[in-house]
Amino acid sequence: MLKLRYFAWVRERIGKPEEEIEPPAGIATVSDLMIWLSQRGEEYAHAFENPTVIRAAIDRAHVRADAAILGAREIAFFPPMTGG
Amino acid sequence: MQMAATVRLQCEPFDAGSEAAKLRRGRGDIGAVVTFTGICRQDEAGAPLAAMTLEHYPGMAEAEIVRHVEAAERRWPLLGVAVVHRYGRLEPGEEIVLVVTAAAHRQDAFAAAEFLMDYLKTRAPFWKQVELAGSGRPRGKIWVDAKQSDDALADRWTPRRAAE
Repeated sequence: MLKLRYFAWVRERIGKPEEEIEPPAGIATVSDLMIWLSQRGEEYAHAFENPTVIRAAIDRAHVRADAAILGAREIAFFPPMTGG
Repeated sequence: MQMAATVRLQCEPFDAGSEAAKLRRGRGDIGAVVTFTGICRQDEAGAPLAAMTLEHYPGMAEAEIVRHVEAAERRWPLLGVAVVHRYGRLEPGEEIVLVVTAAAHRQDAFAAAEFLMDYLKTRAPFWKQVELAGSGRPRGKIWVDAKQSDDALADRWTPRRAAE
């Protein structure tokens, strides 16, 4: 099982802060995962409507959309950060 | 020479003066301390602000700040660093973030403080949502957009880092 976490407006659009999923075979990268998620319902389609702005982290480290998800325990999706 | 580093996330306010004093207590080698405090302004893009809420990614936020403190340590001969970042609901005038850097000389302390702030803005997993004043409607809550100017400020440190 893979834990997904969502933050800020990604969380609001999807309507939950986290969930556990079992991605189907063939989902190899963060980008594949975003495409697969966006087909799960309107709320997901809305959250991932512009995937190039969405940032991701695998096991709490920043990754690019082409990063492999093999072995990941926790993947987070969020908008560009606005800390400081 | 040992570097003392403190990284803390908290809801509560912090005291910049006491954090800076803690950093140099009992040390004769520190000749410069830079203390930067980021404060919640009373407006966002011209609109009056009632409050700001900072969401963060627990676990990752702290790890990401520690990574950047370590990067600063490798680049400048620092003698101490403290970073305190608040989360939760803050009102205008409240402190958001504190960066304290200590070094023998001021150039290193200034540069490291700026480096850390530039990275906190763009790489630390925090998100600001503002509540506009005089608006009880749901639309009164707005996620702050990341600024390209902040990305540019963070990017200016990269070429030198790549050359190391």
